[in-house]
Amino acid sequence: MDFNDTPEEAAFRKEVRTWLEANATRKSDDTQSFRARNDDPGLLVKAKEWQDKKAKAGYARITWPKEFGGRGASPILQVIYQQEEANYLVPLGFFDIGLGMCIPTMMAYASPEHLKRYVKPALHGQEVWCQLFSEPAAGSDVAGIRTKAERDGDDWVINGQKVWTSGAHYSDFGIVITRTDPNVPKHSGLTMFFLDMKSPGVEVRPIKQMSGGANFNEVFFTNVRIPDSQRLGKVGEGWKAALTTLMNERLAVGLPSGGLDIDELMELARDTDLEDGPAIRNQTVRSKIAEWYVQQQGLKLTRYRTLTALSKGQTPGPESSIIKIVAAPKMQDMGAFAMELMGPAGIMKEEIPHAGGFQAQWIGGAGFRIAGGTDEILRNIVAERVLGMPADVRVDKDIPFNQLGKK
Amino acid sequence: MNFDFSDDQKLLKEQVRKFLADKCPTKVVRRVLDGNETHAEDVWKGLVDLGVPATGIPEAYGGLGLSPLEVCVIAEEIGRAAAPVPFDSSVVLATEALKLAGSEAQKKKWLTALAEGKAIGTLAIAEGAQPPKPRSIRTTFGNGRLNGKKVPVADGEAATFAIALANTGGSGDRAVSLVIVDLSQAAVAKKRVETIDPARKHAELTFTDANAELLGAEGEGWSLLERLYDAAAVYFAFAQVGGAEAAMWMARDYALQRQAFGRAIASYQAIKHKLADCYVKLELARSNAYYGAMMLTEGGADLPLAAAAARIAATDAYDFAAKENIQTHGGIGFTWEADTQFHYRRSRVMALSLGGPMAWKDKLVSRLEQKNAA
Repeated sequence: MDFNDTPEEAAFRKEVRTWLEANATRKSDDTQSFRARNDDPGLLVKAKEWQDKKAKAGYARITWPKEFGGRGASPILQVIYQQEEANYLVPLGFFDIGLGMCIPTMMAYASPEHLKRYVKPALHGQEVWCQLFSEPAAGSDVAGIRTKAERDGDDWVINGQKVWTSGAHYSDFGIVITRTDPNVPKHSGLTMFFLDMKSPGVEVRPIKQMSGGANFNEVFFTNVRIPDSQRLGKVGEGWKAALTTLMNERLAVGLPSGGLDIDELMELARDTDLEDGPAIRNQTVRSKIAEWYVQQQGLKLTRYRTLTALSKGQTPGPESSIIKIVAAPKMQDMGAFAMELMGPAGIMKEEIPHAGGFQAQWIGGAGFRIAGGTDEILRNIVAERVLGMPADVRVDKDIPFNQLGKK
Repeated sequence: MNFDFSDDQKLLKEQVRKFLADKCPTKVVRRVLDGNETHAEDVWKGLVDLGVPATGIPEAYGGLGLSPLEVCVIAEEIGRAAAPVPFDSSVVLATEALKLAGSEAQKKKWLTALAEGKAIGTLAIAEGAQPPKPRSIRTTFGNGRLNGKKVPVADGEAATFAIALANTGGSGDRAVSLVIVDLSQAAVAKKRVETIDPARKHAELTFTDANAELLGAEGEGWSLLERLYDAAAVYFAFAQVGGAEAAMWMARDYALQRQAFGRAIASYQAIKHKLADCYVKLELARSNAYYGAMMLTEGGADLPLAAAAARIAATDAYDFAAKENIQTHGGIGFTWEADTQFHYRRSRVMALSLGGPMAWKDKLVSRLEQKNAA
């Protein structure tokens, strides 16, 4: 057992380091980041430049086939690139959904002409993509969407509303799941399309989150026309296409990187004076620190097990399905505990070192427990796919969508 | 990245698993639980024939000279079967103590006997009510004589020798030393004690001027014990992972067949989420245990930290799976006839025998502080 690269991996890592060193600035410490944010339009420009540079050097999508600008290489090399890139101050986060979810869905369903037209600009960061799935009435039960698509000659006419669409406000294109037949049970009446986000009738409104950020949007469709040639998959088989996208989501959504963790919590516990001495000497505090350390290590090492399978060219086991179930509540609970250590001033933003960071975790954790699959849905997935337990009884299974909720 | 066991190690694991599934089904655990035998001698003999006690013992002492990784995969299977054999006492604790501190002559004598299956060893530390610590040890050793009482001692009746912690007159942590004592002599009295897990028999050992000799230097007992427990924590973690996994699948299998309110209880989220949580804890434990095994094998500086993390995660996973297995079974799971009790009992014995989670959490943070200071 070891954490070492194979000779091939080591050579690739060296090549990547050399390239990054020549083209980017190394971070001065690992809490620095440069993620997609709403309030800095200049960041998108920089992100597009960086993405183009990466794509030209062949690092933008290492696992993609060569014909699409990739290297046709193993996922482990993609991971190695990301590990190395994480040490540099580069703008990230704008293209993950497009390249991780939308374009792979396009590759599975779009025509060769469309692929020729859209893949390269997406890869080079010239065009940004978003994914239009969730709706106000369809979150965990995403097959319950209501956005309508009706056939009109060679076009489809879309009406409805999407929500939680990351990056819709700066996206050029999107993939959208619609209901084309409300007279059949919910999974059977869906169809997927891609569309130009600048089409008449598309309106994007940002959602201000509890954390104060606004990376998500509501998207309204009013008589938006999409040519039938932009349909992805057969009419009524949109659910199958959506599963392709969501399967890729599981590969794309990782752990939030950086941020405060055990080291900062211990620092805080050393500096906090409780009635009987420094908090770090208190047994309750020590127990909590130990439990979160075990979780933090457990997640890191579980990831190493997955990487081992990738490195050996095997399909990883289901162990990575635990990661968000553990990481999201840990973020929320550890943030809350750190604030408690600070006493009444724990509610203040700037009084105590790291206060803001832990508060951000406490707030952000509440969202992270929901985004990309709630704690509850993820537990269902583990129970059903890993432990082989039955799916929930679907009371809506054989009922036409437009009859649901009617007695 | 190579954070996994080799194909050969997985093959060994499979071999031990098949042997135990065949020779040590739950009815054997029940036989020992209900009966008078000190351990399942038939199963133990089979494990000796398979070379299990010899696995981690160097070839110079008649062992197979394999690495800790091979012992880890075996431990996982012993734990899965909740096998009523002196694996923890003899293959883990006594063997590791001798490898850690034994003189050449001691290794030659005892490791060779262990490898051949002619000896069973155990560790005798506790002396009743209080958690053991240097100042509370009343057993004394001087002039080659051991005097005092140790209880509870796992496999105390079956064991042919013990490694005991005794006061040798120093101060502070240096008050105690490890000694090795032959249990076949008349100066040793053995008495069975009742515990929560009758499938793993424990005894009270009384030494009256028993012949014994130092294992390791005088006054080093406590620090040797600390190092021994780090190694043992890793092996125990694998056994706990095996037990947790067995309990989880036992619950899953029952939930699939048990009907309530018109459907299998496995289709209710209350049961699904509970067992998903078992799986989450199990995988956290497995990953931490792997790292412990890696540090143990390469003698890495991170071993004390990795061992503590493995110990905490595995104890949590096994405790949780064992108790929720009973809960998933409902009333039938609380009967003497049900197999659920084996893991419930074993999980608690394993949680306490090297010191409980509270003590290990404290140790983990101390080690984290040391690491950060360095």
